[in-house]
Amino acid sequence: MANMNIGRRTALKAGLGLAGAAAGSGAITGFPTIWAQNIRNITLRQFGTGVSNLNALADKVKQDLGFTLAMTALDSDAVSQKAVTQPRSYDIADIEYWICKKIFPAGVLQPMDVKKIKNYDKIVPIFTTGRLSPESRIAQGTAPHTVSFVEGPTSTKFASQPSGWMTLIPTIYNADTLGIRPDLVGRPIRNWRDLVDPAFKGRASILNIPSIGIMDAAMVMESLGRMKYADKGNMTRDEIEKTTAFLIEAKRAGQFRAFWKSFDESVNLMASGEVVIQSMWSPAVTAVRSRGIACTYQPLEEGYRAWGGGLGLSKNLSGMELDAAYDYINWYLSGWAGAYLNRQGYYSAVLETAKENMTPDEWGFWMEGKPAQSDIKSPDGKVLEKAGAVRDGGSFAERMGQVACWNSVMTEDRFLVQKWNEFVAA
Amino acid sequence: MRSASYLLAAPLWLVLGGFLLVPMAAILVVSFFDYDSVRLIPDVVLTNYADVLLSQVTWQTYLNTLKYTAMVWVLTVAVGVPVALFLAFCVQSAALQSVLFLVCTVPFLTSNVIRMISWVPFLGREGLFNGALMGVGLIDRPLDVLLFSDFAVVLAFVHLYALFMVVPVFNTMVRIDRRLIEAAVDAGAGPWAVLREVILPLSKPGIAIGSVFIITLVMGDFTTVRLMGGGQRASVGLMISNQIALLQYPAACANAVVLLLLVLLMITALLRVVDIRREL
Repeated sequence: MANMNIGRRTALKAGLGLAGAAAGSGAITGFPTIWAQNIRNITLRQFGTGVSNLNALADKVKQDLGFTLAMTALDSDAVSQKAVTQPRSYDIADIEYWICKKIFPAGVLQPMDVKKIKNYDKIVPIFTTGRLSPESRIAQGTAPHTVSFVEGPTSTKFASQPSGWMTLIPTIYNADTLGIRPDLVGRPIRNWRDLVDPAFKGRASILNIPSIGIMDAAMVMESLGRMKYADKGNMTRDEIEKTTAFLIEAKRAGQFRAFWKSFDESVNLMASGEVVIQSMWSPAVTAVRSRGIACTYQPLEEGYRAWGGGLGLSKNLSGMELDAAYDYINWYLSGWAGAYLNRQGYYSAVLETAKENMTPDEWGFWMEGKPAQSDIKSPDGKVLEKAGAVRDGGSFAERMGQVACWNSVMTEDRFLVQKWNEFVAA
Repeated sequence: MRSASYLLAAPLWLVLGGFLLVPMAAILVVSFFDYDSVRLIPDVVLTNYADVLLSQVTWQTYLNTLKYTAMVWVLTVAVGVPVALFLAFCVQSAALQSVLFLVCTVPFLTSNVIRMISWVPFLGREGLFNGALMGVGLIDRPLDVLLFSDFAVVLAFVHLYALFMVVPVFNTMVRIDRRLIEAAVDAGAGPWAVLREVILPLSKPGIAIGSVFIITLVMGDFTTVRLMGGGQRASVGLMISNQIALLQYPAACANAVVLLLLVLLMITALLRVVDIRREL
């Protein structure tokens, strides 16, 4: 009731021409599906990890579309818990593709009709066909396209090819690798196996999230030539056993200084010099650098481990809220959000529209691997890189084209967790 | 009269029933469920308990947790009893006693995570302590064992929980009848004999209550072990928290039930040895 009152009052103001621009903005940006008065009463509740649950996006949505987006940022464990166990507590789930593989079959989300997604055809093909370009190979793990579609509007079964019913609309993705302290490692780093080089004994770290940590370990194993995996993202029991045995061996030899679980832990380990080489996420590298400490997101010969996230709609969404959610998703792909994410070093789903919202210099630096012409700034105006800098790993095609595996969930994940606990306890 | 006493006890019963017994019953029930990567499957299976009890990792983890508990217990007694002794017997004025007692609680005005995290820059390789040691020339390269080690975990525990020992011990000590001490002195006992024969035996209930706090806090902890151990050390709480994170609720519940039984067993044994009811 209280909401209604506020709505009427603001509508009245709008009528008086005091806030006409705000009320009419839905029409201006081209998403006029909902009456301006009603839309102001709508609140969509979105949750996800901190990487993409940004208040700047919610503010812009309010400005452009008129409705309220209430964001909740959680850590990735809490995200999957909330998605599965409290489906009535959210309207939009901002989740990763590998979690989607677990969550969608639980029947808490509804697939999206791609006919209602304006820029669907422009979405990077990694998410639809799995191939960045027709000749590129499909990476191991939970590649997004394998869980992007279900067979029909009420289905929870993943479709093997684009079916018109999409589980998640991709928002943000990136290629992960090792972060290093170039000033302290004392030699060029080229391979995943350098993580277990005895030269870095007691100064290496690995992330303590079983499903991801094991893949970093698998990259190391393959790089050492000790093992070859059919699918690093879905190992057999035997492979899991051998990989954790290898990790335990390295741990007992004192290779690792610590294991990290949260973003800030990895930043602190690196910035304090406790660790000189570790698995890392790209914003963590940026955070270390912003303290004036050299840190490189080192491209490696064996390629990257990639991850991606997207927006999914709660099963409980219907009517006007559902229309608003589609408006929101169309807005997300329309460029402003994409440019915002690209400027943070992530990649966005529709590159064309993002490009229109970036300066040629920004586009050249972030996406084409060109030296920056002038200082590169973060979306909030902080200088991230000085003129002349080149992005670690180079262009979009070089980085996303070198993906060796995607974050994933394994069939044997119960066994994996047991083995991982063994590693932590060893 | 009787109905009045039931009525007085009712709020507590409601709170305990609704927020302790019901959730615990739920945990017990779920511990027999089956599960896959997202769902709980209502069932009665013993696999969760088999996974807990038959795995070597669990035993190792429980042993490690018990080791932490024992070390922390010994150290908090070693720190807590002298502090309580000082407060209760050396400080004569009651006002000063209260002031000093409050001083003990000052660190508790900050959150325990902050108190714990603040050790990290102090103990790190580039930390103050290593810097100081190298500065005076005692060592020529930083000591690694100071941080992300058992040492760091136990240190943080003692720092966090020593007060839980000080308070009950102090509380018992101030209530010791001073005439008993005078009598002991008159009978020719020296300070050590007074301590050994009079004060410590009479402080046992306080030590027991403090021990209950320490045992339950350390056995159930997961943040201290994770942050101070650098993720490389295991504890039962951490194992449970990992299982919850991976949506393996039945496994976590089975683990929690086993942990609960173990802690209850330890506390029962303790209360068998010391009669704390004299204290209450």
